[in-house]
Amino acid sequence: MQFNIEINNQQVSAKRGETIKNVLDRFGIHVPTLCYLEGFTPTGGCRMCVVEIEGITGLVPACSHQVTEWMKIKTHSPRVLKARKTLVELLLASHPDDCLYCESSGNCGLQNLAMEMNIKERKYHGKKENIQIDNACPSIVRDPAKCVLCGRCIRVCDETVGVSAIDVIGRGSGSRIGTSYNKGLNIQNCVKCGQCIMVCPTGALTEKSGYQAVIDALHNPALFPVVQFSPTVPAAIAEDFGLKPSKDLLNLLRAALKAIGFRQIFDVSMAADLTIMEEAVEFLDRLNNHGKLPMITSCCPSWVRYVEEIKPQLLPNLSTTRSPQQIMGRLIKNYITSSAGQKAEDVFVVSVMPCTAKKYEANGDRMKDGSTRYVDAVLTTRELARIIRLMGIEFSGIEPEPADTAFGMRSSAGNLFGVSGGHLEGLLRTIQYISTGPDTNSIKISELRGLKNKKEARFKFGKQFIRVAAVNGLNNAKILMEEVAAGREDYQIIEVMACPYGCINGGGQKLNPDEKNLKSRMKALYDVDDEEMIKVAHKNPIITDLYDKFLAKPGSTQNKELLHVSRNIPEAQ
Amino acid sequence: MKEILDRILPNYPPNKNDGLLPILQEIQKECGYLTDEILSEVGKYLNMPANKVYGVATFYDQFRFKPRGQFHIRLCKGTACYLHGSATYLNELEKQLRVKAGTTSRDGKFSLEVAHCLGACESAPVMRINDAWYPKVSPQELSRIIRSLKEKTV
Repeated sequence: MQFNIEINNQQVSAKRGETIKNVLDRFGIHVPTLCYLEGFTPTGGCRMCVVEIEGITGLVPACSHQVTEWMKIKTHSPRVLKARKTLVELLLASHPDDCLYCESSGNCGLQNLAMEMNIKERKYHGKKENIQIDNACPSIVRDPAKCVLCGRCIRVCDETVGVSAIDVIGRGSGSRIGTSYNKGLNIQNCVKCGQCIMVCPTGALTEKSGYQAVIDALHNPALFPVVQFSPTVPAAIAEDFGLKPSKDLLNLLRAALKAIGFRQIFDVSMAADLTIMEEAVEFLDRLNNHGKLPMITSCCPSWVRYVEEIKPQLLPNLSTTRSPQQIMGRLIKNYITSSAGQKAEDVFVVSVMPCTAKKYEANGDRMKDGSTRYVDAVLTTRELARIIRLMGIEFSGIEPEPADTAFGMRSSAGNLFGVSGGHLEGLLRTIQYISTGPDTNSIKISELRGLKNKKEARFKFGKQFIRVAAVNGLNNAKILMEEVAAGREDYQIIEVMACPYGCINGGGQKLNPDEKNLKSRMKALYDVDDEEMIKVAHKNPIITDLYDKFLAKPGSTQNKELLHVSRNIPEAQ
Repeated sequence: MKEILDRILPNYPPNKNDGLLPILQEIQKECGYLTDEILSEVGKYLNMPANKVYGVATFYDQFRFKPRGQFHIRLCKGTACYLHGSATYLNELEKQLRVKAGTTSRDGKFSLEVAHCLGACESAPVMRINDAWYPKVSPQELSRIIRSLKEKTV
């Protein structure tokens, strides 16, 4: 039902059921927010968006209050402005005030509000509590002193990720966002996806930095620094430097990495091709020999951690194939650099990932031979942007550098790993080739594309039909797995990515992406798929070469040791 | 601990979080306090993340995470008692008995808890030691209580 309301003495139309903020947004009136999160139930917790309504004594939060007919709203009256300013001043009262040294400086909701409200001095002096920084987790650092208790991280962890690793502990002035039993995040059920970092308005949640280790390695003459980067990095890093996605981005990124001082540059897509080859053989083996189905992909370290910690009954379903980061690191240390005359212990492998959980993965026991780690440091896209700036590299003006090393070739199938549904699409192309043989270069599975949380498709190869599903956002995966546990048997392969829409929206990407950014990142990956000559993993010349020279044929026992992980599957109870 | 849980939990429907508070209360009544293991077990039974259980348990002052002392003192800090000066009483108790609010003294003799209302506002300021009530406590009476508490042996 349409009706009129009055905002700042102007008549505007509104619909029943809309919140005041919805109407304000439509008419371009800005009210500051701190706890508001698009797409989530508003809590009205921070009170920053309060407005004055004629006839109502107190101020009401615009984000959660619904409009009613003939409501008269004042969004910037003196009373409202004073209330907002006081709110920010109270938040600042116990804030550590270390903006100069804060990770989030320049990108901080609280800092922006303080500027917006023109706060020039500390009006209230609160007790500054000495709360320990929780940095035991290899991916995420938590500094509760900087927290403004907006609760965004809790909502994301509850509703998107579905693990509830953090919650409000205590009450009143003693409330903190904390973990169970006040222990470190490393031993919680946290899956390290970093979605909480993406929504934190202050520097209370940040990634564990690999920055200094990388800089030190670059300046150490005894080391041979090489880098592998994820296909989702170029499009997102372009946003950081104000560039539009284009097909040159990949080469620009290569040039930038070269300028930083990395001696060899590898595209993780190539290892993703290898993952596809092994996974395809593994799936056909499961399908034909009555193995455990559905097979669930295991490239997302957050998802793997979730299964290991919370749903170990799904371990037999999890593909044993290593993730592209693991495979790439292993290949670099074992084969590639030895052909360049380097010893494995001198090579410093850096991976640039859109993901904080990859830091956790690289730290794990499966990522080393004896004392040699496959990957020595992991940078997020954000950290790489910082290093590019540190090194004074003009990203937009740099001369693009084509793939140089012998390992620069990749198929666009491996490239698609960055987007939910893409991994499955690449995998199905190779499954069809291995089982039936015809040229499958033009396969495009449109059901698996687009910004949706769950996508499914029916796929025919030879005389067989299989049903596959790609699900993103761990909570959605959780729901689907409950269906599977309850006896749903129609899926043969399920692809899971913990972050909404896949790695393009990973916890290590640029903060606060909107839907437009995500669409353009997704489009960048699919554009590569349209333009690339090689669209299937099994046609990548490097992959065939690798299988000829170093590896046994896909799925063989020798490769099991190199490209697969063994999991301790608990016995059925 | 296990047999207490085994006895209490089946009285409540599993996988439903509305049983959380009564379960925690009942367990605390039996065990005297809550441990991390207890909270984890309750979370498992109710299918709730441990963090949510911990969040609820820390929200309420009634739940304790350390064993009670032999003399468990509950001092009311509700509006009426506060106006009658219970804040100074708290200072006095903390200083004399060497125990901080919400904790237990090292020898296990005293534990001090601040209650937000004991529901006896007409007798403010009020305190309880174990099951005994001490209504309308005057400063002189407080020092007498403290003295007699100190004299009692563990």
